[in-house]
Amino acid sequence: MAVLRYRDALNQALREELTRDERVFLMGEDIGVFNGAYKVTAGLLEEFGEARVRDTPISENTIVGMGVGAAMTGTRPVVELMTINFSLLAMDQIVNHAAHIRYMFGGQVTVPLVVRMPQGAGHQLGPTHSHSLEALYLHVPGLLVAVPSTPADAKGLLKSAIRDDNPVIFIEHEYLYGQRGDVPDPDDGDHLVPFGKAAVRREGDDVTLVGISRMALTASRAAEVLAEEHDISAEVIDPRTLRPLDLDTILASVRKTNRCVIVEEGWPHGGVGANLAALIQEQAFDDLDAPVGRVTGADVPMPYSKPLEQIAFPHEPQVVAAALATLRDV
Amino acid sequence: MATTPAARRSRSRSDDGPPPLPEPDAAREWLATMLLIRRFEERAGELYAKAKIGGFLHLAIGEEATIVGAARALRDSDYLISTYRSHGHAIARGTPPDKVMAELFGKEGGCSRGRGGSMHMFDLERRFMGGYGIVGGNLPIAAGFGLTADLLRTEDATLCMFGDGASNQGTFGETMNLAALWRLPVVFMVSNNQFGMGTALARHSAVTDLQRKGESFGVPGARCDGMDVADTHRTIVDALHRARDERQPVLVEAVTYRFRGHSMADPEEYRTREQVAEWRRRDPIALFSARLEETGVLDADGVAKLDAEAVARVDEAVAFADASPFPAPESLYDDVYALGDQVRGWYSVDERSPGVHRGEDERERDVDPRMQEEYDQHASGPHSGQEQRPADEAQDADAGPGGRTHDGERGG
Repeated sequence: MAVLRYRDALNQALREELTRDERVFLMGEDIGVFNGAYKVTAGLLEEFGEARVRDTPISENTIVGMGVGAAMTGTRPVVELMTINFSLLAMDQIVNHAAHIRYMFGGQVTVPLVVRMPQGAGHQLGPTHSHSLEALYLHVPGLLVAVPSTPADAKGLLKSAIRDDNPVIFIEHEYLYGQRGDVPDPDDGDHLVPFGKAAVRREGDDVTLVGISRMALTASRAAEVLAEEHDISAEVIDPRTLRPLDLDTILASVRKTNRCVIVEEGWPHGGVGANLAALIQEQAFDDLDAPVGRVTGADVPMPYSKPLEQIAFPHEPQVVAAALATLRDV
Repeated sequence: MATTPAARRSRSRSDDGPPPLPEPDAAREWLATMLLIRRFEERAGELYAKAKIGGFLHLAIGEEATIVGAARALRDSDYLISTYRSHGHAIARGTPPDKVMAELFGKEGGCSRGRGGSMHMFDLERRFMGGYGIVGGNLPIAAGFGLTADLLRTEDATLCMFGDGASNQGTFGETMNLAALWRLPVVFMVSNNQFGMGTALARHSAVTDLQRKGESFGVPGARCDGMDVADTHRTIVDALHRARDERQPVLVEAVTYRFRGHSMADPEEYRTREQVAEWRRRDPIALFSARLEETGVLDADGVAKLDAEAVARVDEAVAFADASPFPAPESLYDDVYALGDQVRGWYSVDERSPGVHRGEDERERDVDPRMQEEYDQHASGPHSGQEQRPADEAQDADAGPGGRTHDGERGG
């Protein structure tokens, strides 16, 4: 076991998969000579060369489309988009092509493409550089969506994503890149985390907190506050992947606690929480003692000004308040 | 009647005489394939009017030389990728017309198992790589095929076909740049049929000399007469050589024309009957037949025989498509994902039952009776000949190889 930063765990995953399978290659803006805007790809150009670590021009839609074509014809591309904000330029290739090609061509071909990108707010980057768009990608059948919150999960899920034959939207987080955590040693074997298996970060009996991406950490800290200041035992679940979703683990928890709060950084309308709340009340209505709560990003474009930005996405106090509200409604 | 500037430009070529013909057997095969595509497209138009084909239907009548000339320049291991107007491309690559017609009918026996329809044909085995409904969407994908050739160090070239309208899509410039920058073995062929749907070339493109539109991105151009299958063929052969052997992508403009509307839903208010009639005088099938007759490769009877064979082949395709079943309702969720045993969890919400949404592991195997009724209604309707589209959407048959020109084309 080693303590690694999230970005370095991703770097390890890429290095291991590039070594293991010569069909794997990387494309993205400034991933090579610049060593990556967030240093996730540091050192990879030097080790693997220009053919397999390709700096691209600024052409998101076409870079992703080339990834689609390359994936259809026997390679395993990992495309880096500098942030999720710029993925909006590539929506046609992601939705109409990567996600749909297998189905619309009658299952003749697979698209084993990984599109990885960070998201999130908190650094005053303003409205066009602070999105959390996991709900958009969750919405689309044909895509897999990963939202790892720890270095170990980032590494294990990225390795699984690269080996998976489906197109994967791999969502990292700018805030999480510097976070440290235990990561299994490569000498102890291939560390793979399967898609569709949630992690229970903390066990509890009174309320279930489901945290998406960075919000898994926020939910965990809120659980500590609930325990210390309110004597409430919260169970914290990190889904790790949104598609496929480990709904069974979430439902088992809700059947135990009878209360649920979903915490996400994205906008409320049509967000991950909206979808998950619908699934929970469909599947476990009789087990609920309170409506499913959601704590989400504010329904506004993300403002630049520091104090405004800070109140536009969730922190522990809001999660604590939402958890308390589910208990008050009894 | 005045010829269009494009028609005049397309006819002139360098002074080295007419483009060479292939060997007689190949020449006959080219003509037979063009006839097959023509008769297939005509029949598809008729069947669309009878509501046996739904959605959008884009026919390539008039553009057969661009399809066959280009396809016959390719090796089997090369990739061909096209647009939503690509029944002929699949057929030219060798996809049985049966499977193309069955796809149009939405049947399980279709090349895309009925999931794709007219705009999304695909045949991996024959390296016909689709069939795309998004204008310009296929260009980056084509560059991706070139990237694979580069990475895996193969000799495979890619031919990417698209229309004049697509030369204005963002992906055009982005793809030209990347193909030139990374020296990808791709030929980009713009079938300039003078219109982006209903908008004439000069109204949609500031630069109408389309072969030049890649230059500023590093992709040199060439032009061919898209109504001349031999000229198209030799131009694409040259371009493929440059792409494959020199790793220099090339943009080829094939000047052509579609005799029917953009799609079956097109009243063609944007062009005159006279213009259409003028272009019909250069029907690629008539031109090539005439050349083969002049050079003794075939006589008029021989041409008529090939035509009859084409018609018979299309009849077979329709029979196959009629007999092929619709995809079973249980197959609705097939192939959304490639499911191995390395992943688990809820992939898709199955909402076909009226009750609670369930994941795919708990999917009801028996379809809800009310859904079954809905399915059955649509599975039986037009294929028992009961439905009919309004008569004014039907279009007239086109000229056959005997030179019968039909001036009664709908002009608006």
